[in-house]
Amino acid sequence: MTETTFLDANELVINMGPQHPATHGVLRVKLKLSGERVLGSECVIGYLHRGVEKIAENRTYAQFAPYTDRMDYVAGVTNGMGYCEAVEKLLGVELPPRAQWTRMTLAELQRIASHLLWLGTHALDLGAITPLFYTFREREEILSIFENYCGARLTTHAFRIGGLQYDLYDEFENDIRKFCDDFLLKIDEYEQLLTTNRIWMGRTQGVGILSAEDAIALGVTGPVLRGSGVRWDLRKAQPYEAYDKVEFDVPIGEHGDTYDRYLVRIREMRQSVRIIRQCLERLEPGPIFGKVGKVIKPPAGTEVYHSIEGPKGELGYYVVSDGTVNPYRVRIRPPSFVNLQALDKMIRGHLVADVVAIIGTIDIVLGEVDR
Amino acid sequence: MNDMLRKIFLTDLLKGLRLTFSYQRPEATYTEQYPLERPPVAERYRGAPRLNNHPATGETLCIACNLCALACPENLIVVGWERTADRKKKLTTFTYDLSRCMFCGLCEDACPVDALELTQDFEIARYSRDGLIWDRQMLEEGPEPTRYTR
Repeated sequence: MTETTFLDANELVINMGPQHPATHGVLRVKLKLSGERVLGSECVIGYLHRGVEKIAENRTYAQFAPYTDRMDYVAGVTNGMGYCEAVEKLLGVELPPRAQWTRMTLAELQRIASHLLWLGTHALDLGAITPLFYTFREREEILSIFENYCGARLTTHAFRIGGLQYDLYDEFENDIRKFCDDFLLKIDEYEQLLTTNRIWMGRTQGVGILSAEDAIALGVTGPVLRGSGVRWDLRKAQPYEAYDKVEFDVPIGEHGDTYDRYLVRIREMRQSVRIIRQCLERLEPGPIFGKVGKVIKPPAGTEVYHSIEGPKGELGYYVVSDGTVNPYRVRIRPPSFVNLQALDKMIRGHLVADVVAIIGTIDIVLGEVDR
Repeated sequence: MNDMLRKIFLTDLLKGLRLTFSYQRPEATYTEQYPLERPPVAERYRGAPRLNNHPATGETLCIACNLCALACPENLIVVGWERTADRKKKLTTFTYDLSRCMFCGLCEDACPVDALELTQDFEIARYSRDGLIWDRQMLEEGPEPTRYTR
């Protein structure tokens, strides 16, 4: 859709957002409609731009870590983990096993928390209010584990470059074991509410179909890609931390519609519980910090790209060093930003009410899209 | 046929309703009556900052090394000191701008003597921005949240 095209008598351009509650923040979508049908769309982003990449150039390596929590603010742990790992790769630091297993445990908990928030709000968008209360109840338990571990619930700043700042608290393993045992039953409850519910199926099945070819061509990652039937997970494809030492499956969908992406995320939560249990078994006492100096100063001219599988897809950090204490450039590849490009493809031909479902199913966080 | 019966008797919707009603018992409530009951905060919680005094002598623990000010990503800490007669640093003023603080805890990590600490106080809202710029006295005494009684 360009500025110069003339509209038919039956066509109408409306703005959805930026203050529309179903756009999950400040996304603005210009919709070209014919009646209730969507003919085309254009996303307008930037309402939450804070210049995080530029801020990074004026901070030391360690000082930038708390800012990463504020990009994808529902998955602060994985954001911080990706950045710390990228700088560790730049420095060539090896992590002690205890730090690795702790990081993986917390990252998988964060994945569950992120998926829970997605499930609650996505169902709320489509008119099912009940799941929101149940998912937030379980998310609260995860957030209190984070609070006990590192002192904050959302903007955690849980990890430091080279290891962990805090050792585990006394009840850490018991808390998580108890959560895992309860949580598997709770997933069954969500499925009882939604999976066979005829209204849910009617609103999601066949809506927003994204074929595997389109998904790969658009570069989408994470559950959106896996919902289209492509078995691609960075935890398997390029294992980081110690993901090559744990067993888990990568769930995929068949049709690539909204319902499949829902099922993929539900199954991913079960797999996360499986990973957490394996991590806890291997957690042994030991050092929590690798060999990192007080002042982090990578050699001049080195650069690194490191990506991890965040809850929403591939989260990459490209860090360039010029030999000073500040990074020369930090480029962030956010999963939400790239996944949002598939929106236009998915909503064409659908009703306006389905646009809400499709924005929800991509699972975007505008803090990360705009950075 | 079976499918038809399931459709007519709304079994899928009733299954969901059964779950909803199973959570109607009073013991399944999660509501917290906030100002009347305050949530328990974790031991490691990063809240309002505090400048610790020595419990016995009452003198400040801060050695005016300025490491917290250097560690802060937002440059919101200003440490003032003077040289005593024996060329030692002595803390005079300490300003902490809470309005820009993001509670990352880097100042706390940097402190070599446990003088600066982020405490469990979380009720730090003020009516003005000036009220969020804390001086040394405020940092040593800590905020006094309103206590509500019925």
